[in-house]
Amino acid sequence: MAHDNPNHNTNLKRRDALKLLATAAVAIPAISMAGNAAAVMAKTKGAELIYRPTDPDMLKPIVPWSMTLTEAELSDLELLANIIIPADAQSPSAGSLGAQHFINEWVSAPYPQQKADLVLVRGGLVWLNGEAKKRFGKAFAQLNTDQQRQICDDICFEPKAAANLKHGARFFAKVRDLTATAFYTTEPGMADIGYIGNKPTATFAGPSDEVLRKLKLKS
Amino acid sequence: MSGPSGQQEYDVIVVGSGAGGGMSALILSIAGLKVLMLEAGRHYDPVTETPMFNLPKDAPLRGASTPDKPFGFYDATVDGGWQVPGEPYTQASREPQQRFDWWRARMLGGRTNHWGRISLRNGEYDFKPYSRDGLGLDWPINYADLAPYYDKTEMLIGVYGETGHGLENTPDSPEGILQPAPKPRAYELLAKKSCDELKIPVIPAHLAILSQRQDHTRLPAKLFPHSALGQKVVAASMQSRAACFWATPCGRGCSIKANFQSTTVLIPPALATGNLTIITDAMVREVTLNSAGKADGVIYIDKNSRQEVKVKGRAVVVAASAAETARIFLNSRSPLFPDGIANSSGLVGKYLMDTVGAGVSGQIPALENLPPMNEDGSSGMHLYQPWWLYKQQKAGKMNFARGYHIEMSGGRGMPGAGAFGGLQNFTEGAYGAEFKQACRRYYGTFVHFAGRGEMIPNENSYAELDPTVVDQWGIPVLKFHWQWSEHEINQAAHMHKTFADIITGMGGKVTSSIETDGRNAIASGGSIIHEVGGTIMGADRKKSVLNQHCQAWDVPNLFVTDGAPFASNADKNPTLTILALAWRTSDYIVEQFKQRNI
Repeated sequence: MAHDNPNHNTNLKRRDALKLLATAAVAIPAISMAGNAAAVMAKTKGAELIYRPTDPDMLKPIVPWSMTLTEAELSDLELLANIIIPADAQSPSAGSLGAQHFINEWVSAPYPQQKADLVLVRGGLVWLNGEAKKRFGKAFAQLNTDQQRQICDDICFEPKAAANLKHGARFFAKVRDLTATAFYTTEPGMADIGYIGNKPTATFAGPSDEVLRKLKLKS
Repeated sequence: MSGPSGQQEYDVIVVGSGAGGGMSALILSIAGLKVLMLEAGRHYDPVTETPMFNLPKDAPLRGASTPDKPFGFYDATVDGGWQVPGEPYTQASREPQQRFDWWRARMLGGRTNHWGRISLRNGEYDFKPYSRDGLGLDWPINYADLAPYYDKTEMLIGVYGETGHGLENTPDSPEGILQPAPKPRAYELLAKKSCDELKIPVIPAHLAILSQRQDHTRLPAKLFPHSALGQKVVAASMQSRAACFWATPCGRGCSIKANFQSTTVLIPPALATGNLTIITDAMVREVTLNSAGKADGVIYIDKNSRQEVKVKGRAVVVAASAAETARIFLNSRSPLFPDGIANSSGLVGKYLMDTVGAGVSGQIPALENLPPMNEDGSSGMHLYQPWWLYKQQKAGKMNFARGYHIEMSGGRGMPGAGAFGGLQNFTEGAYGAEFKQACRRYYGTFVHFAGRGEMIPNENSYAELDPTVVDQWGIPVLKFHWQWSEHEINQAAHMHKTFADIITGMGGKVTSSIETDGRNAIASGGSIIHEVGGTIMGADRKKSVLNQHCQAWDVPNLFVTDGAPFASNADKNPTLTILALAWRTSDYIVEQFKQRNI
């Protein structure tokens, strides 16, 4: 079932409107073999709408699959997203921008990579709460910030993680990568790192003298 | 697009609408010939369909690559990629090194809608490689034969670049043809400094992108001095194109027509002549032959009705993409040509080539913490490195015979799916405030160098019909055979070492593996999407399928104008040569009509 928050930054309203369509699309085994494009033809009853993932309307994109994660999982992912990319003076946190909904969209997709990530993320969340209970007797969300950090510090870098925590580190790395994609593709995320393109200009200015001097390409 | 008009006989049927088909249709229709173009995909209009400024966040998975859209959601590829729904192909071997992966697009304009726009001329050596080093095959033409068509093609489509460098086998365009090259980006200048030390030349790249509007008052008369119709339609086309506004990726296509796509630059003026009819969703199966042994039309499957349709033409031009062209030839069987039309040499499908590809990534500390700057530019390269070790190869000092050029990328591009993925390796797993700081620091500091090298045609790289598999249109499919030679494999290893040296010279750290065994460096066959060969041209009808006019030796009114005639695949990206050669072939076809040979 979808757990669509109409306030977050993806196009969920449109997605709701197309739920019937989406259900039909997912009902057909779209991607049965790795690397094979699918000829998905999903038609709404009585309507002429056709969605083919190999020829989508790029000006009006939709997400033609339904969402998999539960409210509890989304809540834990929002917490993790805020731990990975917290708010600071320059930009808001990843969770406040809906990173958890992007992760849901990602792991719900009918493609081999995303299907594997679904197992990694879901399994990782169960493991995380189990680890929290083992160490502190409470679910991860109920821990205080220091306790949460203790666990995250142990799984934030796989090469240095203990042997029995390697899979936890793989899970954390996946959530961090997905959170970064979610955050840095939003306008606040792009502004945070100083991306200032995607604007029409009459000429291409090239690097400034200041930049050229910093690079020792100009004295 | 208009439908088939009964039993009308066209002067020329053009199969395909990409670089070769588009150019052929334009030149033939300007000459007054009645042309029918058949495209296997759907109608496609970049002006109304291109997602120009759309953000990754509006796309599924933030625009990430999927099996449905391998180059990302916004890539201008319809019903295509490494697989086309319902249109399989097969591999002769299960060995990864012997695969050929075939990128197709099913849309008007074909792969010209998303291509890289890199437009380099073949040089003198590139037409006579066998004469120079005894390997591969010579073309039956030389650089001088094609040079006037390179000039005209560059003026017609608009190519930015710079002339006057005088580098070996890297032809300069004559003055007044190229558009001004854009200024280099910061990382490109830093790479140039490193390359200067290594004695690797770095010059402005040539890309089919308008850096300024075309001169519609001067160019049409230079291109079509004897055709008022040609001048009129091309002038109107040039007037409809805007200059690049230095934003949005060319791979999505261009709604303002600033870059070259067949659908914005060739097909509109061809239609404006009133001499071109286009049928889309028309999957051509075979060229038909009359009792006199001449081509008299083609049979296609109408994808909407799933019925086969025969159309008649006095001449047939096949430009379906190199391997698809070979497939059509092989499927065109008759008592006269039981092994496929124009295949008395047995060479249809043979000498299939791609480009050698290998790449290395790096991180450049000097680029850290720079002030924000807009580095979108043309979305492609502003500078590149042409091959530079001709003399060492000639002297026998290298363990591979042919060259490569370098394509570099990097800079402060728009973050998309995968942004900052794997940054943990630079920060030992930072998260929280530390991660945010790291993203600010590392943004725009990554560079990538990709080699694009010449593959020598060989006996073990070819396509044939698979006797057991047909596609959903009932057409027998291709089975690919593939084998790299030591020349390609050693070249790929050389690329890795060179790129590591460049990155180190920039004060950077190599972030990908450096392979000394080229087998581990080389991209698999087909993956660079420079598929050429398959109906090669030559001077000897026993050793080639086409003559010097890209005319079938066996069937005088059958021509090929895509990459299939290429007898070698220089490191230079093939599209510009496909366009120039298609123009030359089309001029010859017009001449044959005038002389009543067709």
